[in-house]
Amino acid sequence: MSRYADLVLTLLAAAFVLALSWAVPWLRFVMTIAIAKGLAVLGILLLLRAGQVSFGHALYLSLAAYVVAFMAARIPEVLLLLPLAAVVAASIGLLVGLFVSRYRAIFFGMLNLALSMVFYSMLDKFYEVTRGGDGIRVPVTSFAGVVLSPDQQSWALLILALVLAVGFGAFVRLYLLSPMGSALSALKTREARLEFMGIPARRILLSAYVLSAFMAGCGGALIALSTRHVTPALAYWTASGELVFIAILGGAGSVFGPFLGALAYELTRTYAAALVADAWQMILGTVLLVVILFAPGGLWGIGRALVVRGRQA
Amino acid sequence: MSTKDEMRSDILTRRAALAALGVGALALSGRRVQAQAGKPDEIKVGIATYLSGPASVFGVPARQAAELLIEELNAAGGIAGVKLRPIFFDEGPGVDHFVAEYRRLVQSEKVDLMFAAISSADCLACAPIAEEMKRPTLLWDCSTQRIFEEAHYDYVFRTIGNSTPEVLAPVLYLLKYKPNFSTVAVVNQDYVWGRDSWTMFKTIVERLKPGVRVVAEMFPRFGATDYSSEVTRLLATKPDVVFNASWGGDLDTFIRQAADRKLLERSLFVLPLGESSLERVGKSLPPGHIIGARGDHWFLHPSPEDAKRLAAFTENFRKRTGVYPIYPCFHMAQAVFAMKAAYEKALVTKGGVWPTDAELAAAFKGLQFPSLTSPVKIREDGQGLANMLVGTTVADPKYSFPILADMVVFPGEMVTTPVGKSSFEWLKTLEPDILSRVPQPVTSRG
Repeated sequence: MSRYADLVLTLLAAAFVLALSWAVPWLRFVMTIAIAKGLAVLGILLLLRAGQVSFGHALYLSLAAYVVAFMAARIPEVLLLLPLAAVVAASIGLLVGLFVSRYRAIFFGMLNLALSMVFYSMLDKFYEVTRGGDGIRVPVTSFAGVVLSPDQQSWALLILALVLAVGFGAFVRLYLLSPMGSALSALKTREARLEFMGIPARRILLSAYVLSAFMAGCGGALIALSTRHVTPALAYWTASGELVFIAILGGAGSVFGPFLGALAYELTRTYAAALVADAWQMILGTVLLVVILFAPGGLWGIGRALVVRGRQA
Repeated sequence: MSTKDEMRSDILTRRAALAALGVGALALSGRRVQAQAGKPDEIKVGIATYLSGPASVFGVPARQAAELLIEELNAAGGIAGVKLRPIFFDEGPGVDHFVAEYRRLVQSEKVDLMFAAISSADCLACAPIAEEMKRPTLLWDCSTQRIFEEAHYDYVFRTIGNSTPEVLAPVLYLLKYKPNFSTVAVVNQDYVWGRDSWTMFKTIVERLKPGVRVVAEMFPRFGATDYSSEVTRLLATKPDVVFNASWGGDLDTFIRQAADRKLLERSLFVLPLGESSLERVGKSLPPGHIIGARGDHWFLHPSPEDAKRLAAFTENFRKRTGVYPIYPCFHMAQAVFAMKAAYEKALVTKGGVWPTDAELAAAFKGLQFPSLTSPVKIREDGQGLANMLVGTTVADPKYSFPILADMVVFPGEMVTTPVGKSSFEWLKTLEPDILSRVPQPVTSRG
């Protein structure tokens, strides 16, 4: 029954995104970026379940984006580039994860932050290769062997993003219900007990970490393919902070949270920027403060609380 | 835990559906259908500029200049009777937000024309989109020479020069009028412009004055606030010339810290973007240093095409903001004037019928338009040919900051990379006789 409800909600949400993108053409791009960030935030949510906050997940997002930018000239095919970029991100995630999964809490967060800033500096300073802050253009890519018009390509990317979001959303939902997911919550409450049960906490965290890097990689590839220009700013710590911001905004209670948060974030930013070009940061900051102070469960939590209250009444 | 979630989400669907419908209806009401036929009610111009972050030292004055110029233009009847409406947006949040805003302004606000941008990354990102969306776009301030050297565009034009003349002109000035140096050092911000401008500087000097020794190459991080180690190193290595192409707070801080330790009395500074910092650093910067302005942008230009126009703009701008206009204001003016000239040219070509986007874009090719100083021409590749002004600082009791003397206005053709050539390659082929073509310096009545 719950699976049914979630499925309906998912389909409605997807239909809503598609309808909105059709009705307001320029929102198609904003939606694609939002869903791409939502994918990365889904990974943050996994780690949050284990009580760990990564302030460096922009590393995987930007890594995948640069893989796309570098490889697009050689393999101009979206359906090959995206998995390639995600696999590269996941492999680096595995390497880094072997190391950072030994640490907890602030040390985990800061190490991730440090590594992402190392990558940022590399992108910025090896400018002979990466073109530095000016960034690299992503050449035109084909989709399933067909070179689409810009308009069709943006639809294709949006639909691809939606498919990935639904796929990963379902997978993460299953994952969280599985023993692996329960172990993540256990890691948060009392890690020692987990170890006493014979479950290696590090491996639990590592697998969640690699999965999160993979999803961030998918998100990064989508961002590169839709903006068609990548810059080191994607790896800057503010980009990582943005992902954590979205996770808090959306709420960590459900797999819908990250996407809800990402859409709300991007739409708020867009409309705030349109409304007051010089004070949009203030609006965004106020929204986050309000959410932290009055709705620790995020937007998803607000929605749920409303429903519960409605049922009791 | 999961069963609770299940029950709650079950009920949520109906509410979510309702909410989705509500929001969807709201968004739909925002969808406007516009048909462009004949003279429009107004010309909408999207203007990308930095309203937040370090580059807002350029972005905010430019916005003020745009508001002033567009108000004046509208008061005079607009362009062929059509008023202008600027829509500003912030480049601060980065390329993906910039691209999203660009698309929003084109598709939702239906802007007729776009002015983009200060950041070279933003220009590189939007040029192909402009081409895709067939939206005439004026690159109003970014300097990267890559744009037109690496690709061909029909809808993208630059109404200013680019980084090559911006470095070449001050270096030619140095080689021609202060040639007695044998050692140089560099302190540049550590990013593309800092690195590229130094490569250009070295290439030009190696070509035109072989044997000059580089004694220190320093690239402090972007946004650094402490230059004590750089200043110490420069005091120790005693270079004759210090090249510094930084801007904004970085340049101001460096000049102040160098002045405190008397470095400015020992070495000759070459500051290609120095004009934008003069009023802020004030008397910290002593006389005798070489200042560039990314064009011939100087409120005391020795030979403006229309002296009254420049004086009026300077005065109005000061009245509004309390400071003298700096180069981004001049760049903004060039974009506004180019737009006006292109519309007028297209209207003449069509015999008074309002031009389509494609016809407007075509009008920019080969367009010659007035600026606040000397006229600018847009070449067939879309690059602007703008004159470059370089001068030496001098104290003047009328101003609380150094002004420029011994000014040389380099003709755009002389210092700009020819069409179809790569800047770095072209600089390697410079001939020493270019120095004999450097114009005579002029000192205007301040």
